Amino acid sequence: MTPPDSIKIAVESLSAFYGPDPGLRNINLPIPARSILGIIGPSGSGKTTFLRTLNRLNDLKPESRIEGRVLLDGQDIYHPAFDVVSLRKRVGMVFALPMPLPMSIADNITYGPRLAGIRNRARLDALIETSLQSAFLWDEVKNRLSSSAMRLSGGQQQRLCLARTLAMQPEVILLDEPCSGLDPISTARIEEALTLLKSQYTVVLVTNNTKQAARVADRTAFFLMGELVEVDETRRIFTIPRDSRTGDYVTGRFG
Amino acid sequence: MRIAPKYTQRIAIALLGGATLLTLLVLLFIILFVLEKGLPAVTWQFLSQAPRDMGRSGGIFPVIVGTFLLPLLAIAIALPLGVGTAVYLTEYTRETRLTRVIRFGTDCLAGIPSIIFGLFGFIFFVVILGFGWSLLSGGLTLALMILPTIIRTTEEAIRAVPNTFREVSFSLGATRWETVLHVVLPNALPGIATGIMLSLGRSIGETAAVIFTAGSALRMPTSVYDSVRTMAVHFYLLAREGISNENAYGTAAVLILAVLGVNLTAYWIMNRFVGRHT
Repeated sequence: MTPPDSIKIAVESLSAFYGPDPGLRNINLPIPARSILGIIGPSGSGKTTFLRTLNRLNDLKPESRIEGRVLLDGQDIYHPAFDVVSLRKRVGMVFALPMPLPMSIADNITYGPRLAGIRNRARLDALIETSLQSAFLWDEVKNRLSSSAMRLSGGQQQRLCLARTLAMQPEVILLDEPCSGLDPISTARIEEALTLLKSQYTVVLVTNNTKQAARVADRTAFFLMGELVEVDETRRIFTIPRDSRTGDYVTGRFG
Repeated sequence: MRIAPKYTQRIAIALLGGATLLTLLVLLFIILFVLEKGLPAVTWQFLSQAPRDMGRSGGIFPVIVGTFLLPLLAIAIALPLGVGTAVYLTEYTRETRLTRVIRFGTDCLAGIPSIIFGLFGFIFFVVILGFGWSLLSGGLTLALMILPTIIRTTEEAIRAVPNTFREVSFSLGATRWETVLHVVLPNALPGIATGIMLSLGRSIGETAAVIFTAGSALRMPTSVYDSVRTMAVHFYLLAREGISNENAYGTAAVLILAVLGVNLTAYWIMNRFVGRHT
């Protein structure tokens, strides 16, 4: 276990390219363990690109390329010897749109654990229950675990996606605007789940909703046009930011 | 002079509706014509007995068996090859000159007349490889013939699987192969099934490619090295040689009903199978 207050992920001089244009320019950002880092910024500022460099999902696009280093517990995840599959088991992700796989609720949860080699029925059942409970979904679906995940509502689907990520028992959870398509009640449920989860996980939350960052994030980073403008304790970002552009953004003067 | 939109609308509906109606009528006419001429010959004996006197009397049981064995063998050979090729082209390679050449090649293969496949099958499988006129030669030849269809429909079906499903799978620690196996192929299944159905339809009614490679023996096959006769070939020979028009139409009626039955069963299975999680 990483001790609290230590750095879980250290991003060092990271630049990411799609074709000739850098999508991210020289990002330096330490992410402390067992806390929530909020990432805010207008559309196209590189928030999602940044998030996807942390679990190497950008690798899937053939034209993408990165420079710099991303250290997970001190190890460079872009080192050729680093196993991408094991990385994604340690760094889970929840996508912007609720994206259950077209299978049953239970199978969605056990998809990752099964691939990781867990076959024991009792263990899988326990994982299903604990992860659904952590995502505040258990009571709503416990009687229909074998029905299709596609029949859940949008808010339920997104909590299922969170539960699915938790069932991997990752160390880091990346969330890419997880509440963008959800109503306020579903959003509140997810935020509640996140604040409870940070005692065990390192959470990186990209959000278009600055208020959401203010509500749940311990530290907040402001991205603008592929650059990290500043990162600080959330309280300071929203009250006494060092950069005037941050102030303008969080007070709604642009973005 | 300009016709008022109200009338152009009516004319369009009448023309399009007429075209649809005409298509349906022609289809219906063919089916009814064959059934009307053929059904009187179709009795239980006709379905269950072996032919006698070159098919002049007796039934068509070994021919029915051959009609189903040959396409099944062809699909058993072509399906893994075709799906494998399609998965490789879509999931494992980038779009390059080479993949475009391969795709152009398969498209050309699809346009080759079946008698050319028959000729190739005869020279290569029957003569050079020495399989003789047999179930094996016929199955391999038909497999080559339906391979492009299976590759193309599978490719389209795989492309239609949303990329986000793949990303989700990867983000949960799956390898590419696990993603293909657990996410891509199950979701492409309806499209792949369409390809199988098209291929089955094409190979079940095929004569030219079959007669050169599987031969036309009327005996019941006991191994893949035995020659078989399919219903389409049987019909062709009975009618062409003037052996028995009644039995020829009887065979045609059974063939039409068999194709209809196969299609309905396949749709029923697909609906039960696919409807569950979508």
